[in-house]
Amino acid sequence: MSYLPFALAGWLFLVGLYGVVTSRNLIHLVVCLAVVQSSTYVLLLAIGYVKGGTTPIFNGIPIGTKTVDPVVQALTLTDVVVSVTSLALLLAIAVEVHKRTGTLDPDELREQRG
Amino acid sequence: MSHRVRTVLFLVGGAGLAALLGWAFSGLPAFGEYHGVYGRLINRETLGQTHALSAIAAVTFDYRGFDTLGEEFILLASVLGVALLLREARERDVDASRGAETFDPIRATGLVAVPVVFLLGLFVITHGYLTPGGGFQGGVVTGLAIVLVWLATDFRSYAALVRKPLADLADGLGAGAYVAVGVGGLLAGGAFLESFIPRGTIGELTSSGTIGLLSWAAGIEVAGAMLLLASEFLEELLARRER
Repeated sequence: MSYLPFALAGWLFLVGLYGVVTSRNLIHLVVCLAVVQSSTYVLLLAIGYVKGGTTPIFNGIPIGTKTVDPVVQALTLTDVVVSVTSLALLLAIAVEVHKRTGTLDPDELREQRG
Repeated sequence: MSHRVRTVLFLVGGAGLAALLGWAFSGLPAFGEYHGVYGRLINRETLGQTHALSAIAAVTFDYRGFDTLGEEFILLASVLGVALLLREARERDVDASRGAETFDPIRATGLVAVPVVFLLGLFVITHGYLTPGGGFQGGVVTGLAIVLVWLATDFRSYAALVRKPLADLADGLGAGAYVAVGVGGLLAGGAFLESFIPRGTIGELTSSGTIGLLSWAAGIEVAGAMLLLASEFLEELLARRER
């Protein structure tokens, strides 16, 4: 039971990767990539969790109170921001691809390029 | 490579990766049992050193402020990429006067929500070091409050409110302000991004030194970025409908 969050992160990573590999639509592919990215949030937060710890915001709780790791929380914040912007960029590329080729299917794109 | 070959290849590789991940995870401390020295040190020292109640804000904008600088520029670069890709390819500006009429109750509720959500966003940016929140979270809320105008009314009202050069400016200025605050630390004789204003009394809005300023810089940049992304994709949508 104590390894369940790590297993979840691994599962999200693999299932997202499966989606990326077998995708037949670029938008679907980008969403699958978002699933892969979310596995990293789960992993980071799971590593920083301390049993019985509260949030590391010392508003009304004394120093020395058991709190979860603030470093991984800040890293997750960075992670989320970077994922969102990279997803936006990928979606913009998908829009352009569709405009130029009329398709979003990666396989068809390969055929078109010849 | 056919679909089937690709799937089979993935299943083989994926099984290997799953095995390696399982092996790696089994070497980690059990869930809830990790005691990272770095995190514990920060939890103990952050109040005394940064005067910020939120250790997360202290890590983001103080201890690891330099990382956040990098993150700001990743954000800027991606948003620039989106703007360049979509703006270059759009043949002409969309006619903003067209747009679907929204249902009256939606319009009313939406427009009531706009100022509330906007204020909430500003609150989250301002109080990042006192409560959960900060520039990134607040910036998203603030930016999307304005996107609510589009949801509630139509693109014309939204376009009248969001001048794209302004969103561009907010995005760039936010990133620039972050660097400027960093340089401020140098000018005051300290290190880059070192806090150069008094830390103030713990728990007050004026506390925490430059964490508040950096939080605002990030908030302005993120709000600008959100508006820019929303505007670009919305215009793209309208340009397609016209065709």
